[in-house]
Amino acid sequence: MIADLKLYEEIKKSGIDLILSLPCILLKGLLKLIDEKNEIQHIPITREEEGVGIAAGAYLGGKTPAILMQNSGLGNSINAIKSLIQLYKIPVIFIMSHRGAEGEKILAQIPMGQLTPDLLDLLNIRKFIIYSMENIKEVKDAVNVSKKSKESVGILLKRSLWSDIT
Amino acid sequence: MKRYDAIKKIVESLNDEFIVCNLGAPSRELYNIKDRDENFYMLGSMGLVSSISFGLAISKPNKKVICIDGDGSLLMNLGSLTTIANNNPQNLTLVVIDNSSYGSTGDQKTYTSQKTNLEVIAKGAGFESNIVINREENIIPSLKNLGTGTHFVLIKVDPGNAQVENVPLQPQELKERFMKVIST
Repeated sequence: MIADLKLYEEIKKSGIDLILSLPCILLKGLLKLIDEKNEIQHIPITREEEGVGIAAGAYLGGKTPAILMQNSGLGNSINAIKSLIQLYKIPVIFIMSHRGAEGEKILAQIPMGQLTPDLLDLLNIRKFIIYSMENIKEVKDAVNVSKKSKESVGILLKRSLWSDIT
Repeated sequence: MKRYDAIKKIVESLNDEFIVCNLGAPSRELYNIKDRDENFYMLGSMGLVSSISFGLAISKPNKKVICIDGDGSLLMNLGSLTTIANNNPQNLTLVVIDNSSYGSTGDQKTYTSQKTNLEVIAKGAGFESNIVINREENIIPSLKNLGTGTHFVLIKVDPGNAQVENVPLQPQELKERFMKVIST
């Protein structure tokens, strides 16, 4: 898909050099590209909160880490966001497919999908909504904001990017 | 042997290794035994010390990293063992000081006091280098004997905390001094 390639290129240009991931059907193409290109270190993880810990350690070691996951993983990460990365002021870039929103067919995704934008606000994580080919370039803006402010940012990837996935 | 005695021996075995230490009593004890810029004390987010250590190890492959974890903490993040073992960094030693209790919260027992064996779990997760230490005098020789690789070291101790002061450093101060020394 064109969106996956553009997302990949923006992620690479942004300076992210470590991706910790859990899969999502919407992220299938992007994850495949990350592995095929083999330019950005990619480590699959077992739970999102674990990724927050790995990202924190990698930042201490000089990396620019991102966690690629479903938005449901934000819920699994709340304590680590507050008592690890915000406590020490360690920036982590959260790149999330926004499940449970427009066009969602799985009922169980909807409660967390509805909560996600407000939850990011409540956690004091600035959010960037990516919904079209034209605004994919904002991924780089989000990473720049994170680097300058040393704050975490949340990038929400909307289903409208992948019109072929139903 | 209690946790304090084990940490004292770990510190005596050190050269220039970086330590990431579990929160609560272990960090307080390490701080009071020997504070150094190469120590990163966790203050919150119980369970994540092995993940932080792994993240550090993969981003600094030429620096040796020692994680000081506990049984209760590791039980909160068992998936981390699978991530670490499969990625197999050549510079990480995961030391689990197992006192079969939640030492920082009143010594409530963990499941390692019953049927659970963390060494077997580590092997099952894929760790190829596993050591169990029951005696204090074996800690220094065992640690000094480790070559490169990903190592799982389980030190069995009795419950109990040393009466020591809290880590007085602020979180951002801790982070900055650690990042400064690791980047040189």
